Amino acid sequence: MLRFALRRLALMVPVLVGLSILLFAWVRALPGDPARALLGQRATPEGIARVNEVYGFNEPIVQQYLKYVQALLGGDFGRSIKTGQPVLDSFVEKFPGTVELGVTALLLAVVIGVPMGYYAARHQGRFLDTFIVSGSLLGVVTPVFFLAILLKLVFANWLDLLPTSLRQDPRIDATHITNFYVLDGLLTREYDAAWDALVHLVLPSVALATIPLAIIVRITRAAVAEVLNEDYVRTAESKGLAGHVVSRRHVLRNALLPVVTTIGLQAGLLLSGAVLTETVFAWNGIGKFLFEAIGQRDYPVLQGYILFIAIIYALINLVVDMAYGVIDPRVRVS
Amino acid sequence: MGLVGMTAGALLLAGCAESGRDGGEGGDEGGGTFVFAGAAEPELLDPAFASDGETFRVARQMFEGLVGTEPGTPDPAPLLAESWENTEDGLSYTFQLREGVKFHDGTDFNADAVCANFDRWYNFPEGVQSDDFAYYYSKLFRGFAEGPKAGDGIFESCEANGESEVTINLTEPFAGFIAALSLPALSMQSPSALEEYQDDAAANVNTTEYSTAHPTGTGPFQFDSWDRGNRVTLTRFDDYWGEPAKVDTVAVVAIADPKARATAVQNDEVDGADLIGPADIAPLEEAGMQVMPRDPFTVLYLGLNQKQKPLDDIEVRKAIAHAIDKEAVASASLPEGTELATQFMPQSVVGWNPDVTQYEYDPEKARQMLKDAGADGATIEFNYPTDVSRPYMPSPADTFNVLRSQLKEVGLKIKPVADVWSPDYLDKITGSPDHGMHLLGWTGDYNDSDNFVGVFFGTQTDEFGFDNPELFKKLQAARGVPTLEEQTPLYEEINADVMEFLPGVPLAHPAPSLAFGPDVEGYQQSPVNDEVWNTVSVG
Repeated sequence: MLRFALRRLALMVPVLVGLSILLFAWVRALPGDPARALLGQRATPEGIARVNEVYGFNEPIVQQYLKYVQALLGGDFGRSIKTGQPVLDSFVEKFPGTVELGVTALLLAVVIGVPMGYYAARHQGRFLDTFIVSGSLLGVVTPVFFLAILLKLVFANWLDLLPTSLRQDPRIDATHITNFYVLDGLLTREYDAAWDALVHLVLPSVALATIPLAIIVRITRAAVAEVLNEDYVRTAESKGLAGHVVSRRHVLRNALLPVVTTIGLQAGLLLSGAVLTETVFAWNGIGKFLFEAIGQRDYPVLQGYILFIAIIYALINLVVDMAYGVIDPRVRVS
Repeated sequence: MGLVGMTAGALLLAGCAESGRDGGEGGDEGGGTFVFAGAAEPELLDPAFASDGETFRVARQMFEGLVGTEPGTPDPAPLLAESWENTEDGLSYTFQLREGVKFHDGTDFNADAVCANFDRWYNFPEGVQSDDFAYYYSKLFRGFAEGPKAGDGIFESCEANGESEVTINLTEPFAGFIAALSLPALSMQSPSALEEYQDDAAANVNTTEYSTAHPTGTGPFQFDSWDRGNRVTLTRFDDYWGEPAKVDTVAVVAIADPKARATAVQNDEVDGADLIGPADIAPLEEAGMQVMPRDPFTVLYLGLNQKQKPLDDIEVRKAIAHAIDKEAVASASLPEGTELATQFMPQSVVGWNPDVTQYEYDPEKARQMLKDAGADGATIEFNYPTDVSRPYMPSPADTFNVLRSQLKEVGLKIKPVADVWSPDYLDKITGSPDHGMHLLGWTGDYNDSDNFVGVFFGTQTDEFGFDNPELFKKLQAARGVPTLEEQTPLYEEINADVMEFLPGVPLAHPAPSLAFGPDVEGYQQSPVNDEVWNTVSVG
C-alpha cells in the first residue's frame, strides 16, 4: 500500500510540471491585461506601461516562466497583483474556510444520501422511492444561487433563525489559530465562538450539499439495486443469514465501490472551491477569491491556486484509490 | 427634477429596537460595536499607497488630513489645519495647525509632522511611484524627487514655522490643492510610527508591518487588528482632539455580493452596509431598515465614439441626445435620489454651468434629424458591461435596455455588444477604438472640476475617438489657474463647449445608497464618502 502511494506521488511530479507550464501559458492567453484590470478606469497608457514593467509582464514569456519556476523552487509562489499578499499566505488563510464548508456539505450529503439511496433501492417502485428519486432530480437541477435566496428568505427573514453571510459574527471577538473556525472555538474553549461558526455553516453547507446529495442518492440507489439482484445475495438470504448481515456484508460493501468513487470526485469538486456558494454567502474561501482573481487577471493567484487545487485533487484521488483497497480485497491483490 | 434629492444630515430614528445578536455590552449612551459591510477588504492600511474606496473607508476612521470636507458636501473644510491662506501667485500655502492633537502612538501632531509627510511622499522610491501605489500623489503632484518623473513635480518644499504653522511651496499653481488635501491618500501619518514600522522601499509595501498592523494617525479610532478575510477591528482613541467616538469598537467586513449585503443588514448580522442595489432598497425599507442615499457625486453617460460612423456626425450625436428620455432611464434603472444630468459633472462641482445647451426629449425631432443626416435606419454598435455594479451604474443591463428601446423608437438599429466589466469591457472601451456608443461614468474623488471633465476630455482618447485641440488646450489652461475664482468661468465655458460638441450624452448623477439597521443613529453620509464614524451609535 505504501509503495502504491509513493509511486502515485512520484507520478504527480511530471504532471504538476506540465500543468504549471500550461497554466502559465493559459492565464496569459486570456484576453485582457492585468495592469488595466488593476488600474481600472483611471488607467493611462503610461500607468499601464509602468505596472507591466514593475511586474515584468513585458518580458518574453519564456523568461517570465523561468523566473517563476526559479521563485517556485525557493518556495515563493509570488504575490497577488491586486492585494500584494503572498499567494501561499492567502491560500493557507482561505483554504480552511473552503474545507470547513466542503467537508460539512459532504458529510451532510453522505450521511443523508447513502441511507436514502439504500432505502430507495430496497423499496423500488414504492411511493417513497419515487419521492426520493424525483427529489434528487430537483436537487440536481436547482441552481445554487436560487436555493440560497430561498434558504435565506425562509431561515433568516421569516424564521429569524440563521445567519446568511460571513463565517462568524463580527461582533464576537474570537481567536483564530487554524482558521477552521469551529475547531478554533473548541481549541480555545471559546464555545460561543465555535457555536456561532457552526451556525454560520448551516445555510451555505445545505445549499452546497444539494447537488452532491442528489448524485450520491442516485448512485447509491443504482448500485444497491444492482447488487440486490446478484446471486450471492440470494444465496446469502436463502442460507438463512440475518437480514442485517446480508445488508452490511453482502449488499452495502459491494455497492459501496461506485459510491466511494462518486464521493471522492465530489470531494474534489467541493474542495476546489464552491464559487457560487461562497459568493452568495460571503464565505471567505478559495472559490470566491479565485473567481475574483479571474476578473482581475491576477496571474500569480490564478497559477498558484490552480496548482494547489490540482495537488489537493490528486491527493484526494489517491486516498479514494486506497479506500478501494480497504473496501474491496481484490483491488489490494492486483 | 422629479426625483427625490436627499438632504444631507444625520438620520435620526427613534428607539432602540432589538440589539445585536451578540456583544450586547452596549450601554444606554454609546458603547458596543458598529459592524459595517463594504464590498471588499482594504488592500492595505497605509492610505498613501491606496486609491480604492474600501481602503479609504477604513483609513478615514484612523487618519485625518490637513483639510476635511464640510459635512454632507464635497467642499473643503478645516480639519487638522484650522485655517490657511495662499500667496496671490498660488505658489505658497500657509496653514495654521490645530493644537493639542496627538497621534495614536502618543506623539504630537505638529508642523514637523506635516513636513515629514510631504517629504515622505516627494521622496517615495521608484518602486511605489507607479499608479497601483502612490496613485494620487503622483497624479496630483505630478512628480517625485527621483525616478522617471524626477523634476516634473510641483511640490517644492515644506517649511515648519514653529510648532503650529507650516508653509507648503509649489513650483506651479494648483487651484485644486486645498480640495485634494482632503483625500485619505494625503492624510497625516505619525512620523515616528512610519520610521519604526514602514519601509517605503520594501519589495512589497502591501505587507510591511505598518501596512498590515501599525497604521497610526490622529483619527477618532485606532487600529486594533486585521484578521484577513474576516474583519478589520478598530477601537475608540481616547485622546482624540474632537468629538470622541460613541461606540467602543468598529468592525469592517467584506460582503461582495450586493444582495447578500442587503440581507445581512436586514438580518442584523451587520449594522450598516454600502452600495445597496436599487432593487434591494424598497424591501429593506419595508422591513424597517434605514436607507440613506448619498448626494450624488457621480455621472453616468452614454459615450459616443467618433471613430465609428455615423457617430462622427454632430447632427447624429444631437439626434441621439434628443432621442433619450433621461427621466425614463432613471426611473427604470437608477436608484432613488438620482438627479438627471445636463453636463458631465454634478452640480456641486466648480464650473457647473446652468446655461449649457440642453437637448430635450423629442423623438419626432430626433427622427427628422437622423433623416436629414442620412442616418435613419443606420446600425450602431452599443457596448455595455455585464456582471458589474458601479456607484454610478448600478445595473448597466437595465440601463441599456431602456436606452435601446428609445433609440430604436427613432429609427436606429442597435447592435448590442455585452462584455464582462473587468478587464474585457474596460479594455475594449478605454484601450481600443473597437466600440460604438457605450455606457460608462465616474465617481468624483474630491471636489475638483478637472477630476471630471479633465479626466474625460483632457486628451485624445480611444474611448471618445475625437481630436479637439481647442478643447484640450482649454482644459490644460484651466487646470493651471491658481484660484478657484479664476477657474470657475473657465470650466463653465468648457462645460458649455462640451455640450455643443457632444462627445456623449450625460444621463444622470446616480446616488449610491447606504443601509442601516433600525437602531443605528448619527451616520453622516458624504457625497465624496468622507464618512467618519465617531458620531455613530448603535442601540
